[in-house]
Amino acid sequence: MASVQQYCTFQLDDLYFGVEVQKVQEVLRYQEMTVAPLAHEVVSGLINLRGQIVTAIDLRRRLELAPREAERLPMNVVLRTDDGAISLLVDEIGDVVEVEDSLFETPPETLTGVARTLVAGVYKLEQRLLLILDTERTVDLSPVAAD
Amino acid sequence: MNDMDDVVNEFLVESYENLDRLDTDLVSLEENPTERAKLASIFRTIHTIKGTCGFLGFGKLERVAHVGESLLSKLRDGELTLDSDITSGLLAMVDAVRKMLGHIEQSRSEGDEDYAALIEQLTKLSGRSAASASPAGAVPAALPNAEHKAPPPAPPASLGDVLLNTGAVSPKEIDMAVAKQLAGDPLRIGELLVEQGSITHDTIRDALKKQQETHPTSVADSSIRVDVGLLDKLMNLVGELVLARNQILQHNARQGDNAYSATSQRLNLITTELQESVMKTRMQPIGNIWSKLPRVVRDLARQCGKEIRIEMEGKDTELDKTIIEAIKDPLTHIVRNSVDHGVEAPEVRAAKGKPREGVLFLRAFHEGGQVNIEIHDDGAGIDADRVKKKAIEKGLITAEQSARMSEREAINLIFLPGFSTAQRVSNVSGRGVGMDVVKTNIEKIGGQVDLQNHAGQGMTIKIKIPLTLAIIPALLVTTQGQRYAIPQVSLLELVRLEGSDARKGIEFIHGAPVYRLRGNLLPLVHLTKELGLARDVWRPVGDDESVNIVVLQADGRPFGLVVEAINDTEEIVVKPLGKQLKGLPVYAGATIMGDGRVALILDVLGIAQRANVVSQVADHKLAEAKREDAADADAKQSLLVFLAGKDGRMAVPLSAVARLEEFQTSTIELSGDQEVVQYRDRIMPLVRLSRFFGRASETESESIVQVVVYTRGERSIGLVVDRILDIVEESLRVRRKLQARGTLGSAVVQGKVTDLLDAQAVIGEVDPTFFEDLVAA
Repeated sequence: MASVQQYCTFQLDDLYFGVEVQKVQEVLRYQEMTVAPLAHEVVSGLINLRGQIVTAIDLRRRLELAPREAERLPMNVVLRTDDGAISLLVDEIGDVVEVEDSLFETPPETLTGVARTLVAGVYKLEQRLLLILDTERTVDLSPVAAD
Repeated sequence: MNDMDDVVNEFLVESYENLDRLDTDLVSLEENPTERAKLASIFRTIHTIKGTCGFLGFGKLERVAHVGESLLSKLRDGELTLDSDITSGLLAMVDAVRKMLGHIEQSRSEGDEDYAALIEQLTKLSGRSAASASPAGAVPAALPNAEHKAPPPAPPASLGDVLLNTGAVSPKEIDMAVAKQLAGDPLRIGELLVEQGSITHDTIRDALKKQQETHPTSVADSSIRVDVGLLDKLMNLVGELVLARNQILQHNARQGDNAYSATSQRLNLITTELQESVMKTRMQPIGNIWSKLPRVVRDLARQCGKEIRIEMEGKDTELDKTIIEAIKDPLTHIVRNSVDHGVEAPEVRAAKGKPREGVLFLRAFHEGGQVNIEIHDDGAGIDADRVKKKAIEKGLITAEQSARMSEREAINLIFLPGFSTAQRVSNVSGRGVGMDVVKTNIEKIGGQVDLQNHAGQGMTIKIKIPLTLAIIPALLVTTQGQRYAIPQVSLLELVRLEGSDARKGIEFIHGAPVYRLRGNLLPLVHLTKELGLARDVWRPVGDDESVNIVVLQADGRPFGLVVEAINDTEEIVVKPLGKQLKGLPVYAGATIMGDGRVALILDVLGIAQRANVVSQVADHKLAEAKREDAADADAKQSLLVFLAGKDGRMAVPLSAVARLEEFQTSTIELSGDQEVVQYRDRIMPLVRLSRFFGRASETESESIVQVVVYTRGERSIGLVVDRILDIVEESLRVRRKLQARGTLGSAVVQGKVTDLLDAQAVIGEVDPTFFEDLVAA
């Protein structure tokens, strides 16, 4: 039997993304946010997660996608990182899917820009492509990584 | 309890714990004799006990520990391999040590037992070489002997013994009672004695009390050691509770339910108490770090050939552990500085008529939720001129600036980086670590340093630090619909400008907004602008609007932070920000508000730096020196600053003015050509200054006039001004002797050219007799 990976999936614009299940602490519906002026432009604000202060990163802005429609409230995918929890704002949260390793492929060379650094690979599912997000790089906003 | 007792108790608590671990370690070691780490740990424990009891003067205990230690060192170095004999020997030693500790705890002595056999035993064991290790069982025969010699550690004195000792009963009576007990009487000895009629209930009660006293609860039972990490966690949880409490209280305010309200009040009280108690667990007396200072002072004084005595007051003043750690070095540095630079050599002191021995006085006390620490020495104090000279030499200030500096400013120069007043660089202080580091370190934990110099008589350094860092009082403000918390330590005052004040209160110096706060220019910083939320923030203020200025202090420099609204003060729990926001100097952290939302905590220094309120330290000191330029030259006086006609900025000494009044224009009447008003049952002529100086007036058509009233005897005369601007405290230096009609010349007041009104001349033109008596005199 081929080895199988589990991914927590979500929708972002018309893209279908996945994050390793072990890295996800929880998923939440829209949470009220406090804006942090002067912060990096992809930082949407701060969320109170049961007394813990969690930075929320707008994944659309991080991936340089078109901004989310104003009336559409984002959902939170809260990641576990060495530096505490961090939330990624996504459009819709999908299921946890199991995918076979054999379907994996590194992103094509034609993929450029920020997506090149943040997309670790692609699973060729029957219906659609599942893009795997490199979470470490996604939450690292230091100037070098942001380029 | 005296200090020695404290030390002994600490030693006991520590040793008991270590011994308990030793037992298990030794046993497990017997199974794995080569486990080095464990052996080393056992060795350290015994070594520590040996060292400490040598220091405390427990010779017998030291001897026992010593032989144990040498045996262990051989084991550790591999000269011997642990076998059951050695294990038994070591365990016997542990028991002996424990027994002695028991004695020490109860009677502060090691007891009368003789451990010679045990010592010999252990010596013999360590004398063996690994090769000739005797078969198990040969040596331990001697061990039970050693153990038997020692009676069980001081059993609690029986009630009978206590009664006998106090002479309340005779041995015969006791024997009778004991016999009854042995015969099966279920009553206790005391009860039997009472029944027998030997003694009364009261005697028994006293005896029981005595018995309790002679057998107090063991030290180890009444105190436990807790991991600091656990305390930190506890503190965090209490922080959460405080937040939840705040939320409930806020909810409560909206509800009318009495029972709910009573419960939440109770929750409020309990939470507060819990918070205080948990905070207390992290508290340590400042004496913990002070205790090292006498030695420092003694050694240093010797080195410098000085005689210095150190005195302390308020050793028990408690501070959070993290703060204690943070002030340790600055405090030591200040003390070293005082000894090295402050207190003079004995001969110098004698020549000055001071006692040869200098006194360094440390004082700590709580005040207003803060801890105050004062370090006073009765030395020479700081010589302001020498400080200035030094600063010029080091290129920190120019000679011109130094000439303008007040003494206080000069003394504060010692806080500049790269400053040391010692004429020779000694190896004591002045080795790169200056007072600037002291200041920075104390400010880092939200503290303040202040210096009071009594030239020739010594100096006092006052340090104010918060009790704890985790929960702080803060002022909540709103800008662009978001709340921000400002730590109250940097807050000086709040100013609210309404109506015309709001419109006119804020002035611009080449685009830089300022507000005149009691005659001093306060640079203004708009929070919205600094946070990059809006660019054009200094738009004109409407009539019904107000301006809120939070006057803050950053690096000793006041500035006004303009916010949209000032909400309230609240105790907030400081929480760290994630990596993504850590690089932003304008935030000190975040907190969770009563409604569950996150609010950012502003870093006052960060904002001040961002807004260029404080730049390079040296720069700002210079700026300050410039600002107060004229101030030191002449005595200050109060000036009334007003507008006489459009752009006619004028000033008069306030002391000559009787009153400031406002009159409705409709009450102004004409007497001949002269405008008059009825004022205090008399008729007061009015002089419109704008007309007098032939300037256009912007306010002539307004319904109210502002009047400066001069009074002599029963006569008054009113000078109508366009607007009263301010009352400032400033020294008056007439820069230009301009002999225009009605002026004395012009001067710079608050940085603006201002004409000085010659009130006498103006009034004289209307009423030549008004100042007659003056002229006559």
